[in-house]
Amino acid sequence: MPKLNMVQAINLALKEEMQRDKNVVLLGEDVGKDGGVFRVSEGLLDLFGHERVIDTPLAESGITGVAIGMALYGLRPVAEIQFMGFIYPAIDQIFSHASRIRARSRGRFTCPLVVRAPCGAGIKAPELHSESSEALFCHMPGIKVVVPSSPYNAKGLLISSIRDPDPVIFLESTRLYRSIKEDVPEGEYIIPLGKARVVREGKAVTLLAWGSMLHRTLQAIEDIDAEVIDLMTLKPFDEETILKSVKKTGRVVIVHEAPKTCGFGAELSATIAEDAIFHLKAPIMRVTGYDVVLPLPKLEDFYIPTTARIKKAIEEVMKY
Amino acid sequence: MPERIIESCNVKRLEVLDEKGNADESLMPSLSDEQIKKMYELLILSRTFDQRALNLQREGRLGTYASILGQEASQIGSAFALEKSDWIFPSFREMGVYITMDYPLHMLFQYWSGDERGVKCPDDLNIFPVCVPVGTQLPHAVGAAMGVKYRGDKKTVACYFGDGGTSEGDFHEGMNFAGVFKLPVVFICQNNHWAISVPREKQTASKTLAQKAFAYGFEGIQVDGNDIFAVYKAASEAVRKAKDGNGPTFIECFTYRMSDHTTADDAARYRLKEEIDSWKPKDPILRLKLFMEKKGLWNNQYQTDVENKARETVDEAVKREEAIEHPEPKDMFTFTYEKLTQRQMRQIKEL
Repeated sequence: MPKLNMVQAINLALKEEMQRDKNVVLLGEDVGKDGGVFRVSEGLLDLFGHERVIDTPLAESGITGVAIGMALYGLRPVAEIQFMGFIYPAIDQIFSHASRIRARSRGRFTCPLVVRAPCGAGIKAPELHSESSEALFCHMPGIKVVVPSSPYNAKGLLISSIRDPDPVIFLESTRLYRSIKEDVPEGEYIIPLGKARVVREGKAVTLLAWGSMLHRTLQAIEDIDAEVIDLMTLKPFDEETILKSVKKTGRVVIVHEAPKTCGFGAELSATIAEDAIFHLKAPIMRVTGYDVVLPLPKLEDFYIPTTARIKKAIEEVMKY
Repeated sequence: MPERIIESCNVKRLEVLDEKGNADESLMPSLSDEQIKKMYELLILSRTFDQRALNLQREGRLGTYASILGQEASQIGSAFALEKSDWIFPSFREMGVYITMDYPLHMLFQYWSGDERGVKCPDDLNIFPVCVPVGTQLPHAVGAAMGVKYRGDKKTVACYFGDGGTSEGDFHEGMNFAGVFKLPVVFICQNNHWAISVPREKQTASKTLAQKAFAYGFEGIQVDGNDIFAVYKAASEAVRKAKDGNGPTFIECFTYRMSDHTTADDAARYRLKEEIDSWKPKDPILRLKLFMEKKGLWNNQYQTDVENKARETVDEAVKREEAIEHPEPKDMFTFTYEKLTQRQMRQIKEL
């Protein structure tokens, strides 16, 4: 079985889905000849041609809006937004249309669209190239939000996202693109949306993370019998797996890179407080990015939650 | 080196039927007497629908409504050029388009009364729901046209918007994509001269809206939007061009919104009565009536019959709409996703 990094795994998922279903088309800035700025779509233009791997004008709202139109027509477009910070001009299309076309047309028209975007800090990129704005999308009914944490999962989740009948925002951590390799089989396997993954079982504390923060969280565990859950899908998220774990451990630390205020950790905390508060032995702790504009490279390492901060939070909840 | 002109742009304006009902025979599109009568009947039906909707709103039986008064020829003339299998992306002021395409009338009332089931397009039509955000539907039309081209279908995508829509970013992005990929889409801009209180002159400094197409590499044409023959001619040529694989067209229908922006607006605050009065002789229905009278296609009895038929059709639609049961509260959950989420299932139980 080949060992692939995240870029290769996503590329494989795209290739196999395009081979399987001619309705699957890619579009975005530089996705064709250049293979995407991170080379995620490398080689696909040669395999599938300009009709299916479409280099578009530089226009995020246009790319997303056009992809919505393609999806309405019955295609399965996968739109790439070059960096998550560039998705903001497309939010109007995602919020005003992709998320609600099924409801607005009472099911007559649907929007089976995937918007892929690299996210997260730590690759020394310029402004707006390092955002983790997943919570914005989680709040909006009608769309799904997926954040894979490893090559194997990225492939299976992307296949599910492409086949999903509703619009999916698929966020890929730039820091993970080439930093980890694992066995990724060729051929079809699917990881269902809406299910979390218990990465490590434990009894002392539940650690909740996704994307690149999963790895940092795993690095922060030393002698603690922690249960680590990779959420994978943030909208809809797997309440059952989370609550089951919390009821077992009684302690929770949530780790995410996005700013703290109204971050997705707040939703998790509230859910746990609503449904499992009497099982808690300690306050729920969140380790997050700060409530600041994400800094340029010289300060970004101070922004991203460190293993030290995660360790400290775990120590804190273990005091109770 | 001397400066040179490397590109220049000409804007055509098409007029077929004058205000006295005389048609330029050399420009007259090919239409049978029956088709012309059908156009007239659709104009009357649309106006009857519109006036009833305004009345119902005043009686509190309909919600906020956007009148099409004065714009009927732009809508019916252009939609008349489309086939049922074509795709239509309207804005929120295209009831004449829906009516021309034979959309169930009672469902239009249903939508404007606040029941979303009214915009569930019947399976044999491809008309999109009313689009409230201005200009955002252009990229969708362009994406659908990309789908048409990709699949090699013989279809056209028609996209409707107003003069205000041309100020939006998505207008540029949609037009640009359409030009770059030479897509089978017809952009139909109803320049009704006002975007709520802001006049056309404050939307754009360009002399016409039609000329904007030039910048995107395809043809733009201005037509007299109150002249149903001119609108039909331009639209049917654009539709044929699209179906033949020759790319997009931008049609500026030069018309006028005789009503307020919506029933929540009072246009008297920002525009002069003289301006409205100056458009009255240009009325699209009056003009076609004069033409038909000269051709022996119109008489008082015909007018009475057409009006009665329209009134009966609208009466029946209102009756049918008002007999529909109130939607179930759980309906609001049904179409958020294909399947209910776990959380939604619990929320439904709270109802």
